[in-house]
Amino acid sequence: MNYDSILNEKIQNIRPSGIRKFFDILEEMTDAISLGIGEPDFVTPWHIRDAGIYSLERGHTKYTSNAGMLQLRREISAYLSRRFDLQYDYASQILVTVGGSEAIDLALRVLVNPGDEVIVPTPSFVCYGPLAEMAGGVPRYVELKAENQFRLTPEELSAAITDKTKVLVLPFPSNPTGGTMERKDLEAIAQVLKDTGIMVISDEIYAELTYGRRHVSLANLTDMYERTIVVNGFSKSHAMTGWRMGYVCAPEPIVAAMTKLHQFGIMSAPTTSQYAAVEAMRGGDGDIEHMREEYDRRRRYLVENLNRIGLQCFEPKGAFYVFPDIRSTGLTSEAFCERFLLEEKVAVIPGSAFGPGGEGFVRACYAASMRDIAEAVARMDNFLTNLRRKQGREG
Amino acid sequence: MEKLLELLEQDCNMPLSALAAAAGVSEEEARSAVKKYEDDRTILGYQAIVDWDRVRGENVTALIEVNVTPQSIDGFDRIAERIYQYDEVESMYLMSGSFDLTVIISGRTLREVARFVSERLSTIQGVTGTATHFILKKYKEKHLVFRPQDPEEREYIFV
Repeated sequence: MNYDSILNEKIQNIRPSGIRKFFDILEEMTDAISLGIGEPDFVTPWHIRDAGIYSLERGHTKYTSNAGMLQLRREISAYLSRRFDLQYDYASQILVTVGGSEAIDLALRVLVNPGDEVIVPTPSFVCYGPLAEMAGGVPRYVELKAENQFRLTPEELSAAITDKTKVLVLPFPSNPTGGTMERKDLEAIAQVLKDTGIMVISDEIYAELTYGRRHVSLANLTDMYERTIVVNGFSKSHAMTGWRMGYVCAPEPIVAAMTKLHQFGIMSAPTTSQYAAVEAMRGGDGDIEHMREEYDRRRRYLVENLNRIGLQCFEPKGAFYVFPDIRSTGLTSEAFCERFLLEEKVAVIPGSAFGPGGEGFVRACYAASMRDIAEAVARMDNFLTNLRRKQGREG
Repeated sequence: MEKLLELLEQDCNMPLSALAAAAGVSEEEARSAVKKYEDDRTILGYQAIVDWDRVRGENVTALIEVNVTPQSIDGFDRIAERIYQYDEVESMYLMSGSFDLTVIISGRTLREVARFVSERLSTIQGVTGTATHFILKKYKEKHLVFRPQDPEEREYIFV
């Protein structure tokens, strides 16, 4: 059977990520260190796991309401108000989803008409473009610049807007750069958006992981609230990636449309996970602080030491990634990562995997043990020294 | 510098550079602070926590409640010292409540532990009674769980 004629053209045109081959190499290696996967290294705090287990013991194994358990939405509403000063009505403005990823997919699908343009700042997480395409949209990538700490500037945004622009994706704090947008940066973006009809999907999955300043959402700006869809979840803040718990908050008609799609495609988010999430909201603020403090230590160590061994690295203020500049090595980011993995058995991800603007950088995730991070730095030092020696001989 | 102590308590094997960065001080500051803590015995030592059950067939730990008659001048301290000076004593605490001292001792065999209690501990002047509880299974010590790591078999994913 010729499946090429069966599969739809859009999905055929989406290329699989080139990162797979690194992971194939990595899986064969012993004593390799991976700073490749963007996932907390913590296990979900026990009281949260216990709440999930307890719900099973009590026999809570059925579907919940489509939008998610009422008590969970109440807790999310209280949490957003308490932590980020965001006000959303639990009954009509919050939808519990299967991870933040589902929320992004839903938001794009309820907004985009065929041919609509979706502005995606890059380097950024890889899902936005393909999901926009599957929704019938046309991704328009905006290359962020290292000299702006990978923030989206109003000039860059203005230059990308056309009369077909429907959506702006705002992925901050950023995977892979660790860049953040502060209030003044968002205000500048708001100035550009205010006279347009553009909707914003603000992916705030790393909102709890900022170092120094509290995260500000675009929805915190009064005149942006009505056009912002806030995507968040429990994966990064509460180390709950495998539970697949996310949520989305937006003006009521948007949430109603997303709920319609969600009820056909998903029915309801996993019930056990929802019970665990209720506990995370009620008693998890201390866990967040604890984990953030740990990440912060590792962040400071990694930034300081990468700079020390000669890899220029701007100070990331959010998420759990550093994004050092490897252009001084003369290698492409992919060649750099491949050689580093083969020679020193440490996995980091080439910046080119995160779209335009990522070339010349690599992403290292510091959600790993301090010992692994220290060892990775030592191996990086060794790698760079050998590389320079070889290049010196050749040159 | 209290941060240094917390970090070392979690993992005393951490390289100095990592320790310093994590505590937000220079390597030199960390080095001299640790030295000072060691000298004034704020840091008493560094030890591995070993799951001996995985090495030896038999290994016995006992928790002994001890009642004593405190002495007029030194209170409990003098008699406590006479007990904790024995190498067999792993840990010892003065307690509130229905008995005075908790003595934790470990030995290779039940007999070894029993002999220590009957021949050494009970005969110390001022010891008025003991109750020995043998530890049947260790679950957790110093925040570490006695359980081999579950093997994690999964493919790497791109996130």
